Amino acid sequence: MSVRFEVNGKSVSVDVSPRTTLADCLRHELHLTGTHVGCEHGVCGACTVIVNGDAVRSCLMLAVQANGAKVTTVEGLSPEEGLSPLQTAFKTHHALQCGFCTPGMLTTIHALLSEEPNADEDRIRDVISGNLCRCTGYITIVEAAMDARASYQQSRGDKE
Amino acid sequence: MKPHHGAHTSNTYIGAHIERVEDYRFLRGEGKYLDDISREGQWHAAFVRSQIAHGVIRSIDVSKALAMPGVRAVITAADIEGDIPTIPFRRPNPTIGPYAQPIIARDKVRYFGEPIAMILADSPELAEDALQGVTADIEQLPVIIDCKSAMADKSLLFDVTGSNLASIFNADKGDVDAAFAAADFIIRDQLSTQRQTALPMETRGLLAEWDAKNGKLTVSGAAKLPFFNRSTMAAMMNLPETAVDYIELDVGGGFGARGEFYPEDFLVAFGARKFDRPVKWIEDRREHLMAIGHSREASCDVELAFSKDGVMLGMRGDLFLNIGAYVRPNGMTPVRNAAQFMSGPYRMPAIHIAAYACVTNKTPAGTYRGPGRYEGNFFIERLIDQAAAGLGVDRLEIRRRNLLTHEEMPYSLATVLPSDGRADTQCDSGDYRVCFDACVQEANWAEKSKLQGKLIDGRYHGVAIGCFIEGGASGPQENARMVLEKNGDISLFAGSSGIGQGIETILAQIAADYLEIPMERITVFHGSTNLLKQGWGSYGSRATVMGGSAVIDACKKLLALFRISAAKRLGVEPDAITIAEGVARLADGRSVPLAEVASDHLEVDGSFKNQTPTYTYGSAFAHVAVDPGTGHVDVVDYVVVDDVGRIINSMTLHGQVMGAAVQGFGSVFTEELIYNDEGQLLVGSLADYLIPTASDYPVVRCVSMEQFPSPTNPLGAKGAGEGGIIPVGGVVTNAVANALSSFGVQPKTLPLTPSRVWEMIEDARVRA
Repeated sequence: MSVRFEVNGKSVSVDVSPRTTLADCLRHELHLTGTHVGCEHGVCGACTVIVNGDAVRSCLMLAVQANGAKVTTVEGLSPEEGLSPLQTAFKTHHALQCGFCTPGMLTTIHALLSEEPNADEDRIRDVISGNLCRCTGYITIVEAAMDARASYQQSRGDKE
Repeated sequence: MKPHHGAHTSNTYIGAHIERVEDYRFLRGEGKYLDDISREGQWHAAFVRSQIAHGVIRSIDVSKALAMPGVRAVITAADIEGDIPTIPFRRPNPTIGPYAQPIIARDKVRYFGEPIAMILADSPELAEDALQGVTADIEQLPVIIDCKSAMADKSLLFDVTGSNLASIFNADKGDVDAAFAAADFIIRDQLSTQRQTALPMETRGLLAEWDAKNGKLTVSGAAKLPFFNRSTMAAMMNLPETAVDYIELDVGGGFGARGEFYPEDFLVAFGARKFDRPVKWIEDRREHLMAIGHSREASCDVELAFSKDGVMLGMRGDLFLNIGAYVRPNGMTPVRNAAQFMSGPYRMPAIHIAAYACVTNKTPAGTYRGPGRYEGNFFIERLIDQAAAGLGVDRLEIRRRNLLTHEEMPYSLATVLPSDGRADTQCDSGDYRVCFDACVQEANWAEKSKLQGKLIDGRYHGVAIGCFIEGGASGPQENARMVLEKNGDISLFAGSSGIGQGIETILAQIAADYLEIPMERITVFHGSTNLLKQGWGSYGSRATVMGGSAVIDACKKLLALFRISAAKRLGVEPDAITIAEGVARLADGRSVPLAEVASDHLEVDGSFKNQTPTYTYGSAFAHVAVDPGTGHVDVVDYVVVDDVGRIINSMTLHGQVMGAAVQGFGSVFTEELIYNDEGQLLVGSLADYLIPTASDYPVVRCVSMEQFPSPTNPLGAKGAGEGGIIPVGGVVTNAVANALSSFGVQPKTLPLTPSRVWEMIEDARVRA
């Protein structure tokens, strides 16, 4: 089946079988391997991408369902060079070790802070409780997200 | 954290809070994990796994699968010529030989999930579709799922041995009978920890490529110990070691389980060679839960002897470890560790512990972070708190009186036989009271202990403190090759491997300090067998100490060559030269920077040999609140203080300790691999196997000290990747018991799920 959607600002057209998940489509057809697959059950959150502004499990969404949608992956959150403020906060706070859950954490937190730049610690913890990390114990991830809020508050302010 | 200034260097990378080099690619989504690489024309593997826990294979019919779309081949034991290879042990002992795992089941299946066939197909989906096309006729045998029925030999997994005991390790020290005869007080209990797994976020996988022209096998996806696995694979494939390479990519977590040699490793490579095609395999999560090494299923019947004032006199008893259906390469490590390290940081003059390795129809066990140490710590810490109550001695005081002191170092632990090369070991350095007192202080015990057993807003509060040691720096050796590149930068090729712990940063820090050049000029390559002739890897908390010390050796050798090259250029004797900050200087002011001698092709091999483990030690404090209505336990505060000898990177160290502590909370409260009586694993997804989430344990505080450097290595460092998890079971459970002291609740088994806690309270109410 032919599917057309936007990934990281670029229009793409792919031919996939009906059962292909969005995660597999992104990884294997579009070679965007930053999106990771950790469980294929929608539990671990490593595959989280942003679809029309919402954080979505790309392992639970079929590629054909993305037809016409705007999809952002971790690659789309990264500037041409260097790191975004959220990515920088992760580095500063040592919010990653093996890096496998990291793309899903970044997309989840980006989607949250884009909507709620003033989210408090409890809200952040609650939202990322759907993303599993086995290395860090989460505390530094929460610190990084708290720290990155300023840049989202800033960019929201700029728009208004 | 303040930077640490080593006496022998002028730079300050070691000990500082250094952001990680590897983060950049991970954060941009540019990491390369196994499933991120593909080869033209590759086939994909999927494994047919036994759905029967114990049985005799009558026949396997693969015809339907072969007829399915995209299926290229189906491999069963019948396709393996001669004997089915078994996976060798990393540390052999005289009795375990017959229990080695065959790379595929031929006559018998011994656990739910054991590979019986491998499908090769054009895509992973088609390979998985074809799994249902294989039917196995298996005649069921009685199933053994626990140590008790294993030891009763009710059904034998291995007819040839006539026993379900793969090995018995005996840990001995002093005259234990005399110690118990002289005791004023004896505490005895039966306790157990549940079956768990390490659960790295990236599931296992490999990509095998066969180069028929050159007779060469390349296996990508190595982790933990690529060189051992290379020699294992070479022997099984009947190839010279030089004809096999293991390539390390980014690794999504290890924790002891990932990177061991598994049956699938051989089969994937076998398929690649047989069909001269690249073969890729990445397991799904359900498969992961049933196939990767399990760990931690242990029970004990142990007693401690005390004098009336709480001095430990002796420890004796039995440990039973359910190691599953086979002895895997490191399957005996938790068993012998539990026996040797149960006395932990305490002065224990007399010991006799027998640790029984029982085979059962469950997934074979291996190591998980702090193997055997976590279990042993849970056992002894539970006994100590009960002894304190029985003796009427304060819980702090009973520990402080028995903690080892600086004057007693090095201190010999119990001797463990049969020897696996590590029969004897000694605590290397430290004063265990120092961390203990610091933990008491940091936790504010004076105030917090007032909450003991108190009911506040409907929840019972409890506190506890526990102590641990952590073995690190596993021998025997590590290597590091260093090359001065044309632009004057350094390439460092390390035998250590990356499992997410930040080795590129750690080793670059050490090299930068010893070469006295900026860290940015050093690039670390690691973990692949094509980088250097021999290496070992990352296990047993060894990479920093062993790899880092090999780097120091390489730095010294490189500087020696630099001196010679610079002397030639300046026309002086090498002795006339002083080297500082990457520049060779003469007293007359002339100088040669490192980059200028690059044309001399300076290249050195460094190594570090050491068979003496390091022992990080520490104490942990837990404050919990228990809801008697639901059985839910909140960890209100958790503090861990350790002494790691020397801190290399305060940030990554902190990350290791904190991450391990939170893993430990999963061990205490939620994680359990549950089997039914037929040996079927009932846990099939991360919705059943509950690891900690971001909202579960918001408070963990870590303090690391470096008061007593290890004398075993030039860094003075101690392995520190596992200590964080070791005390969690004991200290948290003791805090729960403390909270519920008014009910007389004494937890004996983990995990402390809400229903189990609630039941303990209800049972106590009924009793009362």
